[in-house]
Amino acid sequence: MSTIEVSPDAARPGEFQQPVVNDFSIQVATINGSGSQTANTVLMRTICQMGVPVSGKNMFPSNIQGLPTWFTIRASKHGYVARKKEIDFLVAMNPETAREDVMKLDSSAAVVYDEPLKLDALRSDLYFYPVPFDKLVGPVCPEAKLRKLVRNMIYDGILARLLSLDMEEIHKALFKQFGKRKAKAAELNWGACQAGYDYAAKTFTKSDPYRIERMNATAGKIIIEGNSAAALGCVFAGVTVVTWYPITPSSSLVEAMIGYLKRFRIDKETGKATYAVVQAEDELSAIGMVLGAAWAGARSATSTAGPGISLMSEFVGLGYYAEIPAVIFDVQRVGPSTGLPTRTAQGDLISTALLSHGDTKHPMFFPHSPEECFSLAIEAFDFAERFQTPLFIMIDLDLGMNNWMADPFEYPTKPIERGKVLTAADLERLGGFARYKDVDGDGVGYRTLPGTNHPQAAYFTRGSGHNEKAQYTEREDDYIHNLDRLAHKFDTMRSHVPKPVVEYNQKARIGFVAFGTSDYAVEESRDQLKFEYGIETSYLRLRAYPFTQDLLDFIRKHDRVYVVEQNRDAQMLGLMRLEFAAEDIARLRSMRYYGGLPLDARTVTDDVIHQEGK
Amino acid sequence: MSTTLTPPLKKVNRIAFEVLSYKGAKTTLCAGCGHNAISERVVECFYEMGVEPWNVAKFSGIGCSSKSPAYFLGMSHGFNGVHGRMPSIATGAMLANRTVLGIGVTGDGDTASIGLGQFMHLLRRNLPFIYIIEDNGVYGLTKGQFSATADLGSKLKTGVINDLPPFDCCALALRCGATLVARSFSGDKKQLQTILKAAIAHQGLSVIDVISPCTTFNDHEGSTKSYSYMKEHDEILNELDFVPFYEDISVEIPDGEVREVELHDGSKLRIRKIGRDYDPSSKFDALKALDEAQQKSEVLTGVFYIDTTKPTFMDMLNMEDAPLATLPESKVRPPKEALDQAMEELR
Repeated sequence: MSTIEVSPDAARPGEFQQPVVNDFSIQVATINGSGSQTANTVLMRTICQMGVPVSGKNMFPSNIQGLPTWFTIRASKHGYVARKKEIDFLVAMNPETAREDVMKLDSSAAVVYDEPLKLDALRSDLYFYPVPFDKLVGPVCPEAKLRKLVRNMIYDGILARLLSLDMEEIHKALFKQFGKRKAKAAELNWGACQAGYDYAAKTFTKSDPYRIERMNATAGKIIIEGNSAAALGCVFAGVTVVTWYPITPSSSLVEAMIGYLKRFRIDKETGKATYAVVQAEDELSAIGMVLGAAWAGARSATSTAGPGISLMSEFVGLGYYAEIPAVIFDVQRVGPSTGLPTRTAQGDLISTALLSHGDTKHPMFFPHSPEECFSLAIEAFDFAERFQTPLFIMIDLDLGMNNWMADPFEYPTKPIERGKVLTAADLERLGGFARYKDVDGDGVGYRTLPGTNHPQAAYFTRGSGHNEKAQYTEREDDYIHNLDRLAHKFDTMRSHVPKPVVEYNQKARIGFVAFGTSDYAVEESRDQLKFEYGIETSYLRLRAYPFTQDLLDFIRKHDRVYVVEQNRDAQMLGLMRLEFAAEDIARLRSMRYYGGLPLDARTVTDDVIHQEGK
Repeated sequence: MSTTLTPPLKKVNRIAFEVLSYKGAKTTLCAGCGHNAISERVVECFYEMGVEPWNVAKFSGIGCSSKSPAYFLGMSHGFNGVHGRMPSIATGAMLANRTVLGIGVTGDGDTASIGLGQFMHLLRRNLPFIYIIEDNGVYGLTKGQFSATADLGSKLKTGVINDLPPFDCCALALRCGATLVARSFSGDKKQLQTILKAAIAHQGLSVIDVISPCTTFNDHEGSTKSYSYMKEHDEILNELDFVPFYEDISVEIPDGEVREVELHDGSKLRIRKIGRDYDPSSKFDALKALDEAQQKSEVLTGVFYIDTTKPTFMDMLNMEDAPLATLPESKVRPPKEALDQAMEELR
């Protein structure tokens, strides 16, 4: 690794800058469909391989090719992986946005840019590095039509030189990215990367303060998208029927699952699949198949986003009322309606919790990391079958589609639990059963599966009024009895859902409640509040709905509790309002962000400081 | 049926079940409703074919027709789903347990209006499944509005004339991939029985459109789905004989007149042409016959098309033979090495 001296003579703001090591953000502005993803992923992996905690956020348009896209990489020696609002190092490759991208930068940011854009004329308080990308790409990529794709790899080489990235690590990351089968493409890209490095070495004098130095904070870590992690969770949970309809940002969940199923779930003896995946004609059909399959005993799942959730509404009510297990992933994006399909949100909470007409309510899990996408997916299948009800795993685009550093996943230690299913032998012993009778006091009845070889096995499933024996009824007492049992079942779930992760701070008078990807901004904000304002905080990270007693205890132990969420209407707080007493609700404050970008710590801190009147 | 020297106390089928084991709850449909006759045929056919009732799952959507699964096969699991979306529920269930025989009952509103999308996509998949449309051209439960199979010019009780062309569910089924396509009339006991038995023996999607008059809302003068209209306009395409696999009957087949189709379970469907030259393995012949009948205001009934060679949905998915629903953990949870391998690749 070479060290480059900061030169006071370079074209820059002039004054000597303290080096900024392992604590800055890089933004690459490109045009989507131009092959920048490879260059960006390699960059992120390289920093991770150098032992520096890193996160990557892709801000892309709802478009195939030709519109602006930004990829932000944050290196943080403190381990902060939330989005950083300020961009320290810009790579401006997109002529359409370059001017605005540059004008938005804070002073002392650095800019690598495509030379013809002449961005250095825009401001005098930045560090500029012009690069003639087209001139550089020609010699390393003789085939003209590939140049557009290879061109981006040049900036990896430029950044390697400017930020002191280890070229060997880039080489490793690049070849990993392409795999053995695409070695030729990898070589081509590697040539471009080297050309970039050589150009930077020959041309630039390092004048900005940003650099990467080796650390040892990422040993053993993997890099994975939340969607892929959830997919692996399903595969190891023993999912057998998967149905889906493509929708951003959830498509990659099932696509990743198909890949893993093909590798790990073809029976070695028979050569046949121990699963079925069906791309349905729409989300209505997808959830219908899931319910049909689960009714007949399969472990079934589907994955969708907000518009799909809306479409599934009627069927989910049937699942609730007829008591059929289902695991439904909602990779949330910005609504309402089509909204912003490629931007992140936590805006489907109320609509999902109460999805469908009549009195319905559904459990939801809130993973915050790839590790939890994996482990909660496994837990979800057991839970859905234990309680015979549709369960939602609420991911969001930020978690689902972005790459995250994660600890390797732990192999499940608990055997698969299939819930209360009676076999022919059970029926012989019992002499029959009543499908919706609360035998055990937990609100959950026993069910049988079609094909159970016993004259007493059958029952009739319906979404219309039914009594304990699953017979049609319009009787008032039958109806109330059934609805009350369903409510009791929901209450039973409270002691079985994943518990929140609570960190009490004895000195804190205010607390945070957050969930999902808001966690990262909140963790960082807590440090900002402590070190910048001297405010101590406690923190409860929710992992499931229905709420547990822990949440109420937490609220009562603090003067004010900030519920942080990524929607306009304080939906999670709204769900609390549905069941908590007024004096508990009075302690709650709402911190909301709904701009579609991953939540950043500064936004949280500023809002809290404002509300605290400081 | 074979005869025995000493008649048993109770009459049973070849797997020693009484007909009672195939019956369901008492019907709550109107007296004279065609749907009740269809339920009776289902009971008879499953009894006569000797299907284990617990190895059957029955499905329906919403509407009068969709009530009927409660009135047959009381020892079979039943699922009365949501309006127009029985195909997806049935598909899921069949995927979960491919050893179970699935039968769905739906209506013309359920299939051709709200459920048209799911119906069409079910057709594409050739799911092994019996799909019965109890077709009366009218919404009964909501008191007599037209459905999308009502014929052009047919008249409601209130005098309203239908001015939109109908969907022909059999033509759709032919076009989109069903492998047994037939139409019958709830009043034609023998034809319906034969078609139902063939459907039970067939491996693939059977679509049976049964004209089933609604005595309350669509059995009047001016209706094209009434008993009297069917009596006058029922044009029988072919004479059908079903020879079950368990009966060793040799039949003389007159050359060129009868086509014998061997079904999945070894049973045979014998199709004897009447009048016209007709090939039941030709979709083109079938569509042409349907079109010609429509031109003449005839209601063509019989087996229009049968294909016993097309792969089923399960074949296409390369699924395990055993039910996915009950595969043991050792088959559905990959070993730790698999996870380790996946993790290593992500480092």
